[in-house]
Amino acid sequence: MNQAASLFDPAEHAERASPPDKPTIIAALQAQLPAEMILTEAEDLRPFECDGLSAYRQVPMIAVLPATIEQVQATMRVCHAMDVPVVARGAGTGLSGGALPLDNGVLLSLAKFNRVLDIDTQNRRATVQPGVRNLAISEAVDHLDLYYAPDPSSQIACSIGGNVAENSGGVHCLKYGLTTHNILQLEIVTVDGERLTLGGASLDSPGYDLLALMTGSEGLLGVIVEVVVKLLPKPELAKVAMVAFDDVRAAGDAVAAIINAGCVPAGLEMLDSPAIIATEEFVHAGYPLDAAAILLCEVDGPAAEVEEDIERVREIVAGCGATDVRISRDATERALFWAGRKAAFPAMGRISPDYYCMDGTIPRKALADVLIGIGELSKKYGQRVANVFHAGDGNLHPLILYDANNPGELENTEAFGGAICELCLEHGGTITGEHGVGVEKIDQMCVQFPAAELTQFHAVKAAFDPRTLLNPGKAVPTLHRCAEFGAMHVHNGQVPFPELERL
Amino acid sequence: MTLTTSRDNTRDDPRDNDIAESLAAAVTEAFENSTPIAIRGGDTKAFLGESGSAEQSLDITGHRGVVSYEPGELVITARAGTPLADIERTLADSGQALAFEPPYFGDAATLGGTIATNLAGPARPFTGAARDFVLGARIINGRGEILRFGGEVMKNVAGYDLSRLMAGAFGTLGVLLDVSLKVLPRPRAQVTQRFEQDQTAAIQNFCQLGRKPWPITASYWEDGTTYLRLAGASSSVSAAQKSLGGEMLSDDVAFWRDVREQQRPLFTDAKSLWRLSVAPATPVLDIAGTTAMDWGGALRWLAGNDDEQGIRQRISQHGGHATVYRGQASSRLHPLSHSMMAVHTRLKNALDPAGILNPGRMYADF
Repeated sequence: MNQAASLFDPAEHAERASPPDKPTIIAALQAQLPAEMILTEAEDLRPFECDGLSAYRQVPMIAVLPATIEQVQATMRVCHAMDVPVVARGAGTGLSGGALPLDNGVLLSLAKFNRVLDIDTQNRRATVQPGVRNLAISEAVDHLDLYYAPDPSSQIACSIGGNVAENSGGVHCLKYGLTTHNILQLEIVTVDGERLTLGGASLDSPGYDLLALMTGSEGLLGVIVEVVVKLLPKPELAKVAMVAFDDVRAAGDAVAAIINAGCVPAGLEMLDSPAIIATEEFVHAGYPLDAAAILLCEVDGPAAEVEEDIERVREIVAGCGATDVRISRDATERALFWAGRKAAFPAMGRISPDYYCMDGTIPRKALADVLIGIGELSKKYGQRVANVFHAGDGNLHPLILYDANNPGELENTEAFGGAICELCLEHGGTITGEHGVGVEKIDQMCVQFPAAELTQFHAVKAAFDPRTLLNPGKAVPTLHRCAEFGAMHVHNGQVPFPELERL
Repeated sequence: MTLTTSRDNTRDDPRDNDIAESLAAAVTEAFENSTPIAIRGGDTKAFLGESGSAEQSLDITGHRGVVSYEPGELVITARAGTPLADIERTLADSGQALAFEPPYFGDAATLGGTIATNLAGPARPFTGAARDFVLGARIINGRGEILRFGGEVMKNVAGYDLSRLMAGAFGTLGVLLDVSLKVLPRPRAQVTQRFEQDQTAAIQNFCQLGRKPWPITASYWEDGTTYLRLAGASSSVSAAQKSLGGEMLSDDVAFWRDVREQQRPLFTDAKSLWRLSVAPATPVLDIAGTTAMDWGGALRWLAGNDDEQGIRQRISQHGGHATVYRGQASSRLHPLSHSMMAVHTRLKNALDPAGILNPGRMYADF
């Protein structure tokens, strides 16, 4: 399972003509790029062996660190001409293994593309290089009272190029949308080294919405080399209500009740008891340790509206059986309430040697049922789980606690994670809300999508990259892979993809 | 992925029907015979884009009805032939709305045409375009296969975002069957203030207002007058109304409907009408004709000028694009560069290899 080589279909690789040997590829790259941008030795390549999904590791054959778009184009031309696969990488914080290198491929790091190129206050947009950190954008425009809305938990480290590739979300998506709603234009380099501009300065563009297609395409359609993001004015006021419940179902009902009342909170987060206890011990945010679940409901906007809405939230949750409601009195207390949520992941690191962060989305009404179902799976697999939800979006992040040093525990954890994915699908949800498919969810894609849809995805891929050189083996499984996976997961006696020969 | 599991709280209408299978059979036959087909809904937006080269038409208006709607989920799923008015009425009954304020351009407007053209009304810069609200879609591709992409949940990054790609594709990448859209609560209060100012001042004003968190949901200028719509909680609306000043407009609902439906005199009187999409702070364009501005300056309407080359050249210098709504033009949508056209034709081929779905409806090339 840890061997990245097992992730790829033999069939897929058999189709590829054998590329030139490593020295030939290095020489071709050196003819186009300064030598110091090309890393070829094991010790230099080691830092690229994994992304945020560290259970999967693979040292790339070569890493290239270009500094200009022209150098990216040159790299792509060389690799295209020599049939060498390319994996683009930003900050490497992705949680689904989307930037996992290939042993026969080039790892294209965009780390040197770390500058904010332009801030256009009048048009409320910023032009940034893909390696710019998410939070650095908001910091760069803070003095203008503007900010960039999507705020994935890793925003201090994750880069905007990776955000676009994964269509990253965050805590404030329900009101402010995902990455796809907050970008205006992309510069991409195609697999054969051509530079294209998608989107534009205006609110729409002629032709197909290629900006939408590229966003969330996990590096399979092109390399993102420049991003124009939308900037929003900072809200006049934000307040957060910290609401405790002694019953998970009541907390789930409160989420629906808030939405039903016509409120669109800026953030609506839920933590279950194990998550509350772990985070409270870590950051002392004042979470009630005896609660079965807490909700953090943030309302932002014009001051008068926020005051009005936060009181409505107080009334609604009281009607849903909340045992405690505390509303932030000032910015300091608001930050404190959020501190627990933001520290949820590191808090798990303190109570368990390893944890595995899952990601799925379900309809809000299924929150309580899925949470209870995850509890049952936890018993079945014999592993602890803590739950942190973007409840307003129905986006779950169960954190499965494990110890990789115990033989078989990682495998058991992954099986548990797969079962959670399938639970999400049973409730009308999806296997990934914001972390992407990468290598992690590739088999669950076979459960979510029938063969015809997967075939259509491959046709779209071929329109951009007919020889599958860009991030091969990620995001969309081949039908052969699904047939093999399906053979292990037979539902109701029906074999998926019966039309395919078994390998 | 199930789009049909939700409790059915929709009206009973004998005209509601799922005819996906028969539509797919028709597309399959067209694929096998390489017969181009023109997808038709309410036929209210035929003036947009090119007329297309297909002679045989595929009527989707029989595929209608709301499939699922639960206000607490903020999602509605409906068949493409459902009249837009039915959908908006269903949502209004629960205090919700399509926040992109879709233009109808005729009572027969359907959900399918609304998404296929990706049109949005005055709220566009403040809430998003049609494409921003698409969560999932069931389509028929050019091989006659029924495919489902996206879903009914707020966040979903499994697979390429092909449902969003359908928005604005004019049916050239697939026949829309069902579309799931995010919906939002209607604002509790709304008021519109008007201000006398010239176009230059209006552009500056829009830019300044956009940098502050005012509860503005529409900003329009024509003939020396700026109109700002304030919406949200009544407390914040009246606070903003006081701060911003101006004169209150009576019957502002009708006013914004007329802007959205192009029923203002500038539109109804125009023999030629161009839609110019630009960055909002773009200065007054040096182009002859009568101008109105919507979307906080990002949309410029130009009446009384039919110099296609001149308009396109000027607008390209500003990084924008120009679409003709009324009048003659060699290309009604803004022409694509050679390299972008190549990407478009390859993508078209990936979804519709025989080129049978609305060929020529956007551009002559595909």
